Amino acid sequence: MSAQGILASYEYLDSTVDAIENLRKAGFDDIKAYAPYPEHHIEHALGYGQSPVRVWTLVGALTGTSTAFAFTSWTSVEWPLVVGGKPIISIPAFIPIVFEMSVLFGALSTVIGLFVLSKLPNIKPAVVYDPEFTAGRYGVYVEADGSRLEEARRIMNAEEPIELREGSADA
Amino acid sequence: MAVGTTERGALTHPDIERLDDVNRDVLKMLSVPGKGWWALFAMCVAGVGLFLSAWFWQIYKGIGVSGLMSPVGWGVYITTFVFWVGIGHAGTLISAILFLFRAPWRQSIYRAAEGMTVFAVMTAGLFPLIHVGRVWHAYWLIPYPNSRFLWPNFKSPLVWDVFAVTTYFTVSAVFFYLGTIPDVAAARDRATGLRRKLYGAISLGWQGTDKQWHHFGKAYIFLAALATPLVLSVHSVVSWDFAMSIVPGWHATIFAPYFVAGAVFSGVAMVITLLAPLRKIFGLEAYLTVKHFDAMAKLCLFTSLVVLYAYLSEFFLAWYSGEDPERHAFWNRLFGTYWWATWTMLVCNGFVPVMLWFKRVRHSIPALFVISIFINIGMWFERYVIVVTSLHNEYEPFAWGIYRPSVIEMSIMVGSFFWFGFWFLLFTRLLPPIAIQELKEVLPPPMRKKKSSEVAEAHQ
Repeated sequence: MSAQGILASYEYLDSTVDAIENLRKAGFDDIKAYAPYPEHHIEHALGYGQSPVRVWTLVGALTGTSTAFAFTSWTSVEWPLVVGGKPIISIPAFIPIVFEMSVLFGALSTVIGLFVLSKLPNIKPAVVYDPEFTAGRYGVYVEADGSRLEEARRIMNAEEPIELREGSADA
Repeated sequence: MAVGTTERGALTHPDIERLDDVNRDVLKMLSVPGKGWWALFAMCVAGVGLFLSAWFWQIYKGIGVSGLMSPVGWGVYITTFVFWVGIGHAGTLISAILFLFRAPWRQSIYRAAEGMTVFAVMTAGLFPLIHVGRVWHAYWLIPYPNSRFLWPNFKSPLVWDVFAVTTYFTVSAVFFYLGTIPDVAAARDRATGLRRKLYGAISLGWQGTDKQWHHFGKAYIFLAALATPLVLSVHSVVSWDFAMSIVPGWHATIFAPYFVAGAVFSGVAMVITLLAPLRKIFGLEAYLTVKHFDAMAKLCLFTSLVVLYAYLSEFFLAWYSGEDPERHAFWNRLFGTYWWATWTMLVCNGFVPVMLWFKRVRHSIPALFVISIFINIGMWFERYVIVVTSLHNEYEPFAWGIYRPSVIEMSIMVGSFFWFGFWFLLFTRLLPPIAIQELKEVLPPPMRKKKSSEVAEAHQ
């Protein structure tokens, strides 16, 4: 399970971005980057597209909409009682509840989607990790072994890291 | 992120030099509390004692210990409920709406504002339970299959309100928690012992990998996009609790926007009330700058104008409608039994904020603090005026009556501020009260050779 890898900590954003780009040019695909805040340059360098979280949001919200419509209508029909001179199934009067349930389901499903996609909670955190990544440092981790590891080390060293460590990020 | 156009952060936070300075300064706040904090906390614990004992007394003796009696069935409890829900609105405005608008001044205040939202809505949620008297039947509010096959009336604004407030609390608590995850991870990486384990569990093993940030960023945007219409809907629904009934002084279409503007107005004032001392106690001058307070003051000024406009249009339309009960309701507000409440409201919300037109006032934090207290008082009285003066004189004069809040009601109302303060003070010591990671997003990134603008161009 535990593949070999190498972790570099960088002080500067441009060194990090350069290291990622050079590693990708050299054919390394299994790159993990660390940053103290969401950094778009790193995401660009890694070639990220759209996040599928949005699908979770949409599906969740629509589930909420239909659940609330179905529920308010069904309960009204189950015990039909005319209130305020309105029809038994009075759609305008149900809109506030439908809206609130759409938002509630949409928000909760977004969070579930986030947890699933980014593998949170992360119960077994990485073995090689620099606590400075949540403070001010950027990090690049590459999985490789043998001669590829040496090549990765050379590329990462070219960008003057503060620290280079070997180990595995995913146990 | 407009990195290419301006050097980020240079405008808002000129005094922060390095990214890890933020960790140092913010996490310092989580260390051993000072005497001032303990004094405030002790005061809040005592206040919570008052709150709980008054409530237990009411549960023991019955709702008769309150001043609620026909014709005034809604009093201080509903007033305070609306007040606290309103307070919550500014937090969501700052954390979600200003996030979507990319307002550059929100980063350092939003965490505290969002914490305020969660605790304010939590406090507000207690008041309907206190108000209904038999709190052990509170679960009747929730639709559940029961032996009598009865369901709540989903056409009633009171049921809408249950859905709106519970959704609002859930979503803002989730939003708040999600935002703290990376910051609690930062606290974890600096902590030792039990705190490290605790923060490790709260941060769910967050490490700030590219994948985590990628999905986090998107999830955050979508939550903000959901929270934005939500916050507008919540106070609209609260206003319909009133506007949907045919009580003179309540039955007005203006109520929803009027309540939302009032909510933002009072909430921003509360943010100022909370942040001005926080800045002083924790020495956060580099983070909460005069510019931030200036921006909040402008928001207060704008919403105060909206609220004042709503007051004046209500008075005008009451006269213009030609309806006797409606005319009486508004005449009675200004010159009737509760004239003092109405005039407090008008002076605090309409006239005191006029001072915010002056830059010197907006740039003086003590002045803003005092004005914000006036606004808080004024906005509580606004709700008191709406609730009580409308109910005590409805249509038939023989059914008119006077409402006097009892000592129990006032104790619970005052105690709720301490209850809120209790949670807010705990929050300032246990979770980073300033958003570490969001602040770093607006700071200039450390560069070895190039300016950040060149990196941005290279990726266009």
